Amino acid sequence: MKHLLSINDLSRDEAILILDTAAELARISDGPMKKLPTLRGRTIVNLFAEDSTRTRISFEAAAKRLSADVINFSAKGSSLSKGESLKDTAQTLQAMGADAVVIRHPASGAPFRLADNQWMSGSVINAGDGTHEHPSQALLDAFTIRKHLGKGASDLAGLRVAIVGDILHSRVARSNVLLLTKLGAHVTLVAPPTLLPFGVDSWPLTVSYDLDSVIPQVDAIMMLRIQQERMHEIFFPSAREYSRYFGLNRDRVNALNPNAIIMHPGPMNRGLEITAEAADSARSVIVEQVSNGVSVRMAILYLLLGGAPIEGGIN
Amino acid sequence: MKTVLPAPDISRAIVRIAHEILERYDGADSITLLGIPTRGAHLATRIATAINAIEGGQVAVGTLDTTMHRDDLRTRSPKALLPTLIPVAGVEGRHVVLVDDVLFSGRTIRAALDALGEIGRPTSVSLAVLVDRGHRELPIKADFVGKNIPTSRSEIIKVNLVEVDGLDEVTISEGGVK
Repeated sequence: MKHLLSINDLSRDEAILILDTAAELARISDGPMKKLPTLRGRTIVNLFAEDSTRTRISFEAAAKRLSADVINFSAKGSSLSKGESLKDTAQTLQAMGADAVVIRHPASGAPFRLADNQWMSGSVINAGDGTHEHPSQALLDAFTIRKHLGKGASDLAGLRVAIVGDILHSRVARSNVLLLTKLGAHVTLVAPPTLLPFGVDSWPLTVSYDLDSVIPQVDAIMMLRIQQERMHEIFFPSAREYSRYFGLNRDRVNALNPNAIIMHPGPMNRGLEITAEAADSARSVIVEQVSNGVSVRMAILYLLLGGAPIEGGIN
Repeated sequence: MKTVLPAPDISRAIVRIAHEILERYDGADSITLLGIPTRGAHLATRIATAINAIEGGQVAVGTLDTTMHRDDLRTRSPKALLPTLIPVAGVEGRHVVLVDDVLFSGRTIRAALDALGEIGRPTSVSLAVLVDRGHRELPIKADFVGKNIPTSRSEIIKVNLVEVDGLDEVTISEGGVK
């Protein structure tokens, strides 16, 4: 494994290896060893052409705990905002000796272009590209679900997960559908028809428009952010109406299974897709998702960069 | 392939090592055994059982994975991590005994010492191994040895333990083909 661009790049066994490695890393960094020497002398560039708080900080924390050197590179205040092309940016990073680039980009497919064109020799890690994929988020979600509901199993066989909200614009949903089904979970998407992607009926899952009928049947419910920055059309009549039909509120929390967990990839629009009461309830694992994210990203960085250099890349 | 240590010899070596450890540290109270996974961890558990049988009580026992501290990481594909389980008493102020199956180059033990240094500062660290086969590449020696087996560099020493391999046996075979 050289790059992590899409969940499709991972076999089921590789995905489980990442989760197992993350579990072990979580245990040692919660306990005795805060810092590991494994990636000493390697340089990881965080190339964020789109705003992000937790993903960037999470990758940075993960890289630093593995003793890598981290260079942060964000759109604001860099040549990207002067219109530099991805190719020129990549060649600059190559010249600086980046061993890996963690890239977030508003254009779907940008990480693939970076990885496929031999512009640079390092690993490319997709940290969210447009409305396409966000594989590390899906891995941390699967990790969180397995930790709470897996009962010691290595995969998620038989677990039922609902993903609710703006599926159309959500790279988190796409990566999660691929990963959760790969690991044996059953996924139900819940959204107004306007926020479902074209061709969703060919995906290996169930689609519902009625949140109340889905709620009692799931083990985990994942609320998605309404992405106002990507909404260039009108997808629902009003925020209040959306909230009433598709928001997670107190009554819906009470209708969940006793062991069910509430998830959200963040940042939350409190009061829109999730009420403050639901987000802060005892069932919510939203804050824990963030700390699990660091362990999962440590596992990804270790497995991509920890071993012998992989051939391929620049000639 | 030749058997150099059959099952009864392995059991006797473990009991002898348990006695030697107790003798050196004046009882079990201050000892923490840390086995290096996979087989070192099982050996540590067995030595702990032997110590408990001699002393009564419960000696502290755990495991210490060295993967993330190895110096040969960049030469092969990344390996899955194995469990690190440090007993609740920690290592601070304890006499830590590292336990492994075979002592060869000494590089695993160097990695273990580095990993241990991240966890805390034991009063002392010593090393118990079932087999010392020579060919050290670092200034490291074992304090408690089940059996010294002189080998050539190309020979392969294989420790089999019931917990992992279904039988207790140490074998030696010619190098090249496993």
